[in-house]
Amino acid sequence: MNTTNNYRWRKFVDQIMRGSTIVATGCAVIPLIAIIGYVLTLGASALSVQFFTDVYQPPNMAKAATDGTTPAFDPNDPFAGIGIPTDGSAPADGSTPAEASVYAGGPVGGVLHGIIGTLIITGMGLLFALPIGVFAGIYLSEFRNERYSTIVRFCCDVLSGSPSIVAGVVIYVLVVIRNKEFSAVAGSLALMILMIPIVTRTTEEMLKLVPESMREAARGLGAPTWYSTFTVIIPAALPGIVTGVMLAFARGAGETAPLILTVLGSNVISTDLFAPMASLPLLAYRYTESPYPGENTLAWGSAFVLMMLVLIMNILVRVATRSRAGANR
Amino acid sequence: MAKQQHAESWSNGKSVLRHGDVPFRVGTVVLASCVVGLVIAMGAIMFVSSSEARNAFGWDVLFGQVWNPVVTDVAQPTFGAWPSVRGTLLSSLVAIVIAAPLALGIGIFLAELCPPQLSTPLSFLVELLAAIPSVIYGVWGVFVFVPFFNEVFSKPVSETVGDYIPWLAGPVATGRGIMVTGIVMAIMILPTIASLTRDVLRLVPNTQREAMLAVGATRWETIWLAVVPYARAGVIGAVMLGLGRALGETMAATLLIGNSQRISESLFAPATTAASLVANELTNSVSSLHESALITVAFALFGITLALNLGARLMIWYVDRGMAGGRS
Repeated sequence: MNTTNNYRWRKFVDQIMRGSTIVATGCAVIPLIAIIGYVLTLGASALSVQFFTDVYQPPNMAKAATDGTTPAFDPNDPFAGIGIPTDGSAPADGSTPAEASVYAGGPVGGVLHGIIGTLIITGMGLLFALPIGVFAGIYLSEFRNERYSTIVRFCCDVLSGSPSIVAGVVIYVLVVIRNKEFSAVAGSLALMILMIPIVTRTTEEMLKLVPESMREAARGLGAPTWYSTFTVIIPAALPGIVTGVMLAFARGAGETAPLILTVLGSNVISTDLFAPMASLPLLAYRYTESPYPGENTLAWGSAFVLMMLVLIMNILVRVATRSRAGANR
Repeated sequence: MAKQQHAESWSNGKSVLRHGDVPFRVGTVVLASCVVGLVIAMGAIMFVSSSEARNAFGWDVLFGQVWNPVVTDVAQPTFGAWPSVRGTLLSSLVAIVIAAPLALGIGIFLAELCPPQLSTPLSFLVELLAAIPSVIYGVWGVFVFVPFFNEVFSKPVSETVGDYIPWLAGPVATGRGIMVTGIVMAIMILPTIASLTRDVLRLVPNTQREAMLAVGATRWETIWLAVVPYARAGVIGAVMLGLGRALGETMAATLLIGNSQRISESLFAPATTAASLVANELTNSVSSLHESALITVAFALFGITLALNLGARLMIWYVDRGMAGGRS
């Protein structure tokens, strides 16, 4: 009798704990679906042609620009418009509700400057990171038994584990203070620090996936290590390396903290690499803190574009690496 | 000898081919050393440029109670980052208390209990969560989670039990504070811990499970008494990596914590974190001493995450090695 009870109790605990792991998994999946769902629905509703083709517009100026009227109040007067309710109801001071809609209205302007800036800054950062990352990856894979490779690998982990703001601080001290100017190049250098470990580790992993027999075959034909690396091993691992580079681009495009300290942001389209530049994550950050509901909508739109970039890159990487791993088996 | 002849006949006059190995090796080693050099340079740059504040205040830069960069006629600026250090520690504590048990559950489910056809998409979903930029968590937190959490949890709790427990006390205003930041951080670090936990649990050799099942243990007893203890060091390492991520998290914290230098006992009150302090003030620093103090804070963050990484890697490496030995 006692044994039966004991068994029942153990069975009970087993069921409860196994159930609780399912609950835990649900707890992780629910916020994921909530975040992706909110960004996709609210973000998609913020999208328009103007969103992708226009730059920043001050709210009341844009209102005047779209319906041809004069601005509701002087844009240079910091106290103009104070006291107008933000919910679109009639203002208490007797002005027309049209003026109130300046605050309550939908999004004005777009984020073209941010998209261009993000592409330039992240692309340039990737260019800086590529040679170091790829060659460090080759070193880690092809000379993997050397003691020094352990140190390189650890430093890679330190770079990928250190907070992104630290990269911003270092470049701020090194570049921004010295040049007395925030610049796109400084942002690219900060992103380079964050991208190097990703490129290095994916290159290493992908080169390690290349079967040892291919290296042996090349060696058997008398090819020196460097020749077989560049003509046999890297071509075999190229799709994997490319996906790693895409992953690094996605990660860099979403980084915000280092850009606050290095790029600063801008409201116009700028291609001057040695001047402050706009960037999509920076816009998402600033528009989130904005008091204008229209700009909050733009923040959702920016988040949507960033999220799509990350999701598409990750799914592409997933598909690419799966077929590669399958081909090698 | 024969090998050498073969190599020569193969490369037939292309001496570059034969002598390419030395430059190749030197080139890869030099570029790989850039990674090492970068880490050392980062530490050195922050160490040097933080010296002004360290010389002026010593450890008080991190543990002093008052952070006041403003120069007035009556008061000198003082830099004590304790409010932000405290905010970082508390919000990360909230995050890790929520995330660690959940992540362990997810890791166990994905590695041990989940049917294989569900495991791959679930793992992918969990990893996707890790790839979403932190500013998106911030945007979502500000517009969706904070208002929701405010109504559902913060206000009711602070109005009822808040009178008796000081760290749950009200009043709750905008809702931004340590608690919401910690919860959003928990969502952010969950995938990191969960996927690493799953990986180390999968490394546990099947002999462990079979031996336990053979003596009549239930599924859960097998997992809890034979599998998890075997991978204990790896699980702790995973939690440490997650903690490192929470400590250094900038954007979500900056948007959600309220950025207030006042120390309040309540978890619902606005506070600030070390990373958001640096993000908010470094570009607006009013003096070189202010700048130096902020760099000291960043340097401390770098040091802590470096130590956590070292510890975590050692733990995971230990599990990996121990298991390879066990298998052979």
